[in-house]
Amino acid sequence: MVKHLKTDTFKKEVLESDVPVLVDFWAKWCSPCLRVAPILEELSKEVEGKAKICKLEVDEEYEIADEYEIMSIPTIVVFVNGEIKEQVIGVQSKQSLLKLLGL
Amino acid sequence: MKDIIIIGIGPAGISAAIYLKRAGLNPVVIGQDFGALSDYPEKVENYYGFGNPILGEDLIKEGINQAKRLDIEIIQDSVIALDQIDDHFKVKTTKHKFQTKTVILATGKKRMTMSIPGFNKFKGKGISLCAACDGYFFRRKKVALIGCGPYMAHELDVLKEINQDITVFTHGSPLLESVSFPVVNSKITRFLGTDKLEGIETEDGNIYQVQGIFVAIGAPSSIDFATKLGVVVERNSLVVNHTYQTNIPGLFAIGDVIGGKLQIAKAVYDGMMVSDHIKTYLKSK
Repeated sequence: MVKHLKTDTFKKEVLESDVPVLVDFWAKWCSPCLRVAPILEELSKEVEGKAKICKLEVDEEYEIADEYEIMSIPTIVVFVNGEIKEQVIGVQSKQSLLKLLGL
Repeated sequence: MKDIIIIGIGPAGISAAIYLKRAGLNPVVIGQDFGALSDYPEKVENYYGFGNPILGEDLIKEGINQAKRLDIEIIQDSVIALDQIDDHFKVKTTKHKFQTKTVILATGKKRMTMSIPGFNKFKGKGISLCAACDGYFFRRKKVALIGCGPYMAHELDVLKEINQDITVFTHGSPLLESVSFPVVNSKITRFLGTDKLEGIETEDGNIYQVQGIFVAIGAPSSIDFATKLGVVVERNSLVVNHTYQTNIPGLFAIGDVIGGKLQIAKAVYDGMMVSDHIKTYLKSK
């Protein structure tokens, strides 16, 4: 399942997670972002228990987007132990995302 | 509504059109520049059937003639925007607008990338290739739009809905469109900044403070279309499945844009193969 992050759940869900977390920064009006969604759905089933797959809507949770200086979407960030391990821009294949997660 | 629009008039696009036409369909081929083959300095010696080597440009012209003789509609024009609306596509050229059920991207690969110092460093940190995606982040900032023709004008229409503080940089090319924003003609020599983009330096020594840059030089490449639509791109190639379809239903890609051997024979093969898959796709609709 893909989790929708809020500003007040970000710390607990992402920074304090025991497993790697993939965060997709997106917006409703960004058409390439909509193409990421089905890929994440599929990915989330495959990595269940090994990693968390999350989405953060930059319009709503702009404080987090600002903090990480997101200026281009879709941006996909992988957090490990609360720190950024990987960051890519644009739609990625499921295989590439698995690689980013180190799985 | 068209059934098939092929973007690109090189060996891949024309071959796809020929096979589709012979299968009883009516593809429309749109394209302007001759791509990599027209820049190739030597004659083509490794393609079947030419006892005397032929210039790349001549080979493409003959391909277009061959398609015209088969009554294939060819429109020599640049595609400046490709959008998806529900289950079909809108194709905008400098002179026309079309709607189509399927699109085949066969534009070849631009060998040239932007070589201005700082371009790669600030990509995603101020430099954007998609005004519709990223304009929002710069809505209260100073932005630059690089370009001089219809593609630039199209991106300007998108940007000006979000932001009014726009400067157009033609990067040394003559401005081909009338715009109601400030224009800088001098060539760009450097993008400035530390972690994030902060400015543009031009050949005449001026420095312009900008936080965002949108690039719309020449005509959009397949990679530009893909970025804006959300096609999976890996190592600068569009990713397709075994039917040459991208992750967007109805959007196919063939030839150099999907990687593999950058050869005429392979482009022709892709063109032949995609025609079968398009037929199957259209039948299933």
